[in-house]
Amino acid sequence: MSGNSFYTRKLHSLLGVIPLGLFLIEHALTNYSAFEGGPEKFQKSVHGLHDLPLIFFLELFFIWLPILFHGVYGLYLAFTSNLNTGRFQYGRNWAFALQRITGVLTFIFIIWHLWQIRVQVALGELTTEEFGSKMYDIMHNPAYFVLYLIGVLAATFHFSNGLWAFLVSWGITIGPRAQRISSRICMGIFVIMSVLFILSMFAFRGDEFATVSAVAASTLQLG
Amino acid sequence: MAETATAKRTVKFIITRQDNPEAAPYTEEFEVPYRPNMNVISALMEIQRNPVKADGTKTTPVVWESNCLEEVCGACSMVINGKPRQACSALIDKLEQPVRIAPMKTFPVVRDLVINRERMFQALKRVKAWIPIDGTYDLGPGPRMAETKRQWAYELSKCMTCGVCLEACPNVNDRSSFIGPAAISQVRLFNAHPTGEMNAHERLEALMTDGGIEGCGNSQNCVRSCPKGIPLTTSIAAINKDTTKHMFKKWFTM
Ligand code: SF4
Ligand code: FES
Repeated sequence: MSGNSFYTRKLHSLLGVIPLGLFLIEHALTNYSAFEGGPEKFQKSVHGLHDLPLIFFLELFFIWLPILFHGVYGLYLAFTSNLNTGRFQYGRNWAFALQRITGVLTFIFIIWHLWQIRVQVALGELTTEEFGSKMYDIMHNPAYFVLYLIGVLAATFHFSNGLWAFLVSWGITIGPRAQRISSRICMGIFVIMSVLFILSMFAFRGDEFATVSAVAASTLQLG
Repeated sequence: MAETATAKRTVKFIITRQDNPEAAPYTEEFEVPYRPNMNVISALMEIQRNPVKADGTKTTPVVWESNCLEEVCGACSMVINGKPRQACSALIDKLEQPVRIAPMKTFPVVRDLVINRERMFQALKRVKAWIPIDGTYDLGPGPRMAETKRQWAYELSKCMTCGVCLEACPNVNDRSSFIGPAAISQVRLFNAHPTGEMNAHERLEALMTDGGIEGCGNSQNCVRSCPKGIPLTTSIAAINKDTTKHMFKKWFTM
């Protein structure tokens, strides 16, 4: 990469946590509302988000551009790394390798997921009211369910382990003890977020989300 | 009885060889008579004396480098049974057999097990891993170093530029320009020195350019591999802190 990669890499690290990591946490919570309160609560969370002022600019500067930069530069970083877990089977080296593998998986998953949901909204094929029923359909396709499971686990691992690396790269956790403790906390975050996402994936399979689908379909027909 | 049994015992070696920097690598097998307390260097010396392969055919002696024979010069670093380490401290009794030996391919191979560690010395020059004390007049004694600091700084000073940490690092390869862990730790060492500290910003700035500290991806293989037990990842994180601080300082004072 031309230019000074010190600043590029710092920006990459920062964007991974703020805003992308924060967005992932927010996303986990919104989805979890589907598990906690069914379609109504989920719908309310979705609307709450979509009613934010300047939503277009928020999305552009806090989601689209950061994802594009973090993803593309991340692919370049993964390309410049060797994976040598065969020779050095240490936990941290596995995390290093997984960070790159899950990064690539997450990037592909996000593009696909955006295509299924966000792009369809932009094209007028999907409304925010139909998110629940759309998820109901997706989660009932066994292949999609497995792909979502992999995508979600990859994303949460990449974020949690990336947070650990962020703390090292910015010089916050320095000694081995600090890094060991932060690694435990970050793996805790990985488990909690994975559980939140997986619970919501199961919640979307519930029949109450199907009826939303039916209602939406009938309104469409009536209209 | 016991003695004849020992005399007949042999050690098998599988060595990756290469005739010149451009040639393709190949492996050759050797069987060396066992002697008590032998190490990889003494086995290589035996092969040098009697360059005959395990199948009985003659070959050229295997070329390697070594100097101190006590793990302080770093010249004899090579990959032994998959791990980069010093051949002089690799005792045969403690190695799984057959013993597989290969050069540290992260560096350009000169011949057989001899590699060129030039890039490490360039890296030390790049980060100014020294303390400038020359002047036109006697500058007098420098400031004293606190004993607690001296203790950890001494550990960092044990680096012998052997290259093992670079060989272990997944981010040191020909697709990346990462300087490697050793030089970063040396920046911490020279920045800790009371006189060296006066040029701390120069060393930090050298690490804040392409191929500098940002190349670290935290695999932490280096700290697990360093024969001198240097806390490389602590050094890297400490310099991460210093370069981050330096970055903000520059932004807000310029
Ligand atoms: S830090 Fe350790 S492994 Fe790296 S060059 Fe120095 S002595 Fe060798
Ligand atoms: S010969 Fe000096 S370290 Fe082995």
